[in-house]
Amino acid sequence: MKALQNLFDNLKPNFEKGGKWEKFHTLYEGHRTIAFAPDLITGSKGTQIKDAVDLKRVMITVVIAMIPALLFGIFNVGHQHFLATGMEATFFDKVLIGLISVLPILIVSYAIGLGTEFTFCVIRNHPISEGFLVTGMLIALVMPPNVPLWQVALATIFAVVIGKEVFGGTGMNILNVAMTARAFLYFAYPAQISGDQVWTYLGDKTPVDGFSGATALAVAYTAGVEGEPVTKALAEHNTLIGDGLFSFSNLFIGLIPGSIGETSTLMALIGAVILIGTGVASWKIIVSGFAGAYAMGLILNLFAANEYMAMAPQYHWVMGGLAFGIVFMATDPVSAAQTEAGKWIYGLLIGVLTVIIRVTNPAYPEGIMLAVLFMNVFAPLIDYYVVKANKKRRLQRATV
Amino acid sequence: MELFNLGIKSIFIDNMVFAYFLGMCSFLAVSKKVSTALGLGAAVIFVLTVTTPTNWLLNEFVLKEGALAWLGDSFATIDLSFLRFIMFIAIIAAMVQLVEMVVEKFAPALYGALGIFLPLIAVNCAILGGSLFMAQRDYTLAEATVYGFGSGTGFFLAIIALAAIREKLKYSNVPNGLKGLGITMLLTGLMGIAFMSFMGIDL
Repeated sequence: MKALQNLFDNLKPNFEKGGKWEKFHTLYEGHRTIAFAPDLITGSKGTQIKDAVDLKRVMITVVIAMIPALLFGIFNVGHQHFLATGMEATFFDKVLIGLISVLPILIVSYAIGLGTEFTFCVIRNHPISEGFLVTGMLIALVMPPNVPLWQVALATIFAVVIGKEVFGGTGMNILNVAMTARAFLYFAYPAQISGDQVWTYLGDKTPVDGFSGATALAVAYTAGVEGEPVTKALAEHNTLIGDGLFSFSNLFIGLIPGSIGETSTLMALIGAVILIGTGVASWKIIVSGFAGAYAMGLILNLFAANEYMAMAPQYHWVMGGLAFGIVFMATDPVSAAQTEAGKWIYGLLIGVLTVIIRVTNPAYPEGIMLAVLFMNVFAPLIDYYVVKANKKRRLQRATV
Repeated sequence: MELFNLGIKSIFIDNMVFAYFLGMCSFLAVSKKVSTALGLGAAVIFVLTVTTPTNWLLNEFVLKEGALAWLGDSFATIDLSFLRFIMFIAIIAAMVQLVEMVVEKFAPALYGALGIFLPLIAVNCAILGGSLFMAQRDYTLAEATVYGFGSGTGFFLAIIALAAIREKLKYSNVPNGLKGLGITMLLTGLMGIAFMSFMGIDL
């Protein structure tokens, strides 16, 4: 620690005004604060706040909360690989295959994203924003394991530049950056991020006969169109490569094909516990998000125009990326609603919209991505009216 | 139920702003504050709800091929549909004038709040677009009314959402070259991505 302190202290003059690397001061400061508290002090007239929690610690907490999902995702990619190719494998084989598939995506997303971000920081001379530590991990976790790496890079650059840096960097963006990256890929290169073939990492192996790489959502939608009870279709799907691939408990644990980190509801909930326990994410958004999805599922049950609508609502919780999206994407403190009452409305509508898109829109099997983006757009409006209502209520109490 | 579906469709799926990119000029220009955006949005809803059925009547009984049959047999083959643009615009401008006068007379406070935005509606392409889509898609009178109201509401939602975002953007650190309209256009594109969530739903 002492040596590190000395190193930074020795380098410091180079980065200060007049030093030879003056331009790169933000890079220096950004790296120094990884290990040490920032040494900025409010002027003699300001309020002094002494607290080690800064943006960096908050963001690291979120990264820690995502680690269970990441580790599970790595294992699951390998698990799906061996299920699809019909080979026996030990735990370590699965992890190895998972690492081969997932690590490059993670590295590309971090390297390209941080590179873009550093470039902007130096040119615009604003502090390095730790937000990308979270965004980089999220981008990797919402990609299908087969995604080409150049697409990851392209999406990351688009999201960082258009989604965040044009607004001024971390804390000023309107849409969730990771979701912007995924939506960009979804509309620009749909072949590599939708359909049945992209969710299982095969490498150079061929899958067993009768293998279908469909996700639970795709199976449920097809069953709904064909008028077959959804839970039955899910239970009977893909029995060739393993019984009960889409049983409720399996969906909950997440041993199913899907994007790298989104399959496991359990891991998302563990992340939620960490986030809520440390006070980083709003429990209101998480609770109301799940409640909204459940309520909309119940309402659709009343209509039950097709079998998908008649499906038991708790299945919406465990299929696809709903849990992951609500826990890690919807709670993004920058793009979510800021007011307390607004958070309830915001979360609720995300849940409701997700289920509506899933059930009614043939173009997208999964709705959470667009539901989060859609509510990001309306979050400022919700806040505006919550603040306005609050002002009105307090004005009535006021006596002039 | 059909009408209800059409309403939902015109608000979210065929949103004037994000599906057809119509009405962009006032959408970009009058969205700096939520309160004025609210006024303009409400005026657009009103004018669309009035002009779409009015233009439907005009189209049905004057402009369409064979629409003049009620004047006598010799008129049955006349096709005036090449006059659609100019007639629709005339109706819209007249309606906006009428609305303006009525609002000025009976609700001067609202008139003051809307200011220049009320006459500006006459040249809002979302309004003309509403009438032209209505003619192209052969709606009935009831459908035309619902469609007018729905697309107006879609525009209303879009513009107040943008205005709320732009009020929040005051705290952002937008690069100098992008300040103002530049960032607003980027924002419109990003909002368009979010509105893609409804594209493809078949009601």
